[in-house]
Amino acid sequence: MTQSVRSRRNRKAKVETGNGPESQPNTRLIEAVTIPVGDALETLLLSHGSPVEVSGLELESAALEEIRAAGVDLIVPLIGQGELLGALYLGPRLSDQPYSTDDRSLLGGLASQVAPAMKVAQLVREQQAEAKERERIQQEMQVAALIQQTLLPKELPSIPGWHVDAFYRPARAVGGDFYDFIPLADDRLGVVIGDVTDKGVPAALVMATCRAMLRAAAQRHAEPSMVLADVNELLVPEIPPAMFVTCLYAVINTEAGEVVFANAGHNLPYVRTGDGVVELRATGMPLGLMPDMTYDERTYSMGRGDVMVLTSDGITEAHNAEGEMYGFPRLMGRVAVKPSDDDMVAALVGDLEGFTGADAEQEDDITLVVVRRTASAKQAAAAFEEEFDSQEVLTRFSVPSEEGNERIAISKVAEAVSGLGLDEARLERLKTAVGETVMNAIEHGNENRVEIPVEVEVAVSLAAVSVRVSDQGGEKPIPDAELPDLEAKLAGEQTPRGWGLFLIGQMVDEVRTDNHDGTHSVELVMNREGVS
Amino acid sequence: MGDGFEAKVSTVGEDVLVSMTGTVNRLAKEGLDAAYEEASSQPGRVLLDFGAVDYINSTGIAVIVGVLARARAEEREVVAFGLTDHYREVFQITRLADFMTIYDDQNAAVAAG
Repeated sequence: MTQSVRSRRNRKAKVETGNGPESQPNTRLIEAVTIPVGDALETLLLSHGSPVEVSGLELESAALEEIRAAGVDLIVPLIGQGELLGALYLGPRLSDQPYSTDDRSLLGGLASQVAPAMKVAQLVREQQAEAKERERIQQEMQVAALIQQTLLPKELPSIPGWHVDAFYRPARAVGGDFYDFIPLADDRLGVVIGDVTDKGVPAALVMATCRAMLRAAAQRHAEPSMVLADVNELLVPEIPPAMFVTCLYAVINTEAGEVVFANAGHNLPYVRTGDGVVELRATGMPLGLMPDMTYDERTYSMGRGDVMVLTSDGITEAHNAEGEMYGFPRLMGRVAVKPSDDDMVAALVGDLEGFTGADAEQEDDITLVVVRRTASAKQAAAAFEEEFDSQEVLTRFSVPSEEGNERIAISKVAEAVSGLGLDEARLERLKTAVGETVMNAIEHGNENRVEIPVEVEVAVSLAAVSVRVSDQGGEKPIPDAELPDLEAKLAGEQTPRGWGLFLIGQMVDEVRTDNHDGTHSVELVMNREGVS
Repeated sequence: MGDGFEAKVSTVGEDVLVSMTGTVNRLAKEGLDAAYEEASSQPGRVLLDFGAVDYINSTGIAVIVGVLARARAEEREVVAFGLTDHYREVFQITRLADFMTIYDDQNAAVAAG
């Protein structure tokens, strides 16, 4: 890199025109002449290192000819760290005498002072420009990341019988990866994974556009091939030149397990089955490249336990320190291994990090979507209900049938259910219901016969706490709990008693009774907080 | 958690205070009836203080209903205070609260007289 420096001298006789406001009447400016890199003059000046008389030079150099034509007598090179930073061009002396040895040594000394200062100035300018560029890129990346984060799903779909997981980690220079879940009618879920070529804001904007087009097209067409063809037609006129989008779109029937999919040039999904890993192949050109594209549409039926893995090329094209690529065979091999905790996302990300080295800078966005079929939706709902209602016995105890022992039962039940999250009011109601039920069992069921115990069992499920109180009351009919007639009682027309069964019914959410083999049981059910 | 019951009668301004302690169940009948008997020999409202009562069951409610029936026959006003939130709810569910105004504490009960 060379730089020319304007030279000024007093030379009355040769002033022909004024050269700008800084010109003195007896000076003229020699026009700057650039010495191209590699010019013979550059080589000469670098090797010489000190002021050079133009008249003595014989070189094949266009720059030299230009300099000579400009009336330069002496070139003083400015050299810093072996680089020609610039040169001072001097015309003839006013006295028309040649430059003396003193002149040259003075100019040489001046040049050696100026050159380092110029080098510093040059570096500062370059650094400022670089910093500005870095800031611009940083801002652009922030905008791109914001667009991407705003549009990626905030939460994963929760579908009985399916487990859906996703992972997205942007590279430093945010790429155009995206994924999406589109809820559809008739127990169907649309799953999208895509990658926009290019990075930064342009890629993020194309991704946003493409995502919106896919969402709209997914509502218009049931067939994934039609959705991709539609989006392609819309995208072709909109997308900047040399950009395109790879995209896989699958529609899962969550009840039947059927996956219908089409692929616009994206990584093939893998499905781990009981018999190994299957590639879901369907061909199609990336979106946005050419109009009038058609897309293959295929169907795959996922069985219980099957896991579908969708990836972006940030995984398969990641490199390790030796420059080897992660690649599809390795990915397929990892998908084939069932992680002990069924966390396929963690297993794949962990393997990728092991391959690249955890501290290695990520080359591209990494996106993973994992869809596992655990059961049919109906089976899952039934399993959930079963789990919801399946009970764990917290305690079993008995109390002798003696008046007042209901309070022992109350405190034991209270202790057993502490920590289950029943609020104070519900706990107090349960205690009152238990007291009344045990009292009834003592007095009416076991007829105050101390030797016959009242059995109490406390159990809990996700849904409710239940307390079963059993006595040997046998087949005695249990009267219905009616609202006592308080007016009649106050008027002395009825006994003031008869509150027990009414209170029990009022205190808990459900009362179940059972007479079986001479044992009479009352089960008090108190739903747990937040469950109705 | 004591099984005993005790009721003391005293005068508060123009009212008669029945301060109960312990368990209000069937066994409290004798003590509460006696306390009411004593209270009703004096003029004024009967204030039932449940502040030191730790347990009330359905047989205890029957005892209170018995007292209320007597008071009603004598046209004497009975009020209550000092109940926990739970027993306040029980008194509402059983409609005892329709025949016996419930106050938060003694001051409120006296002030309402």
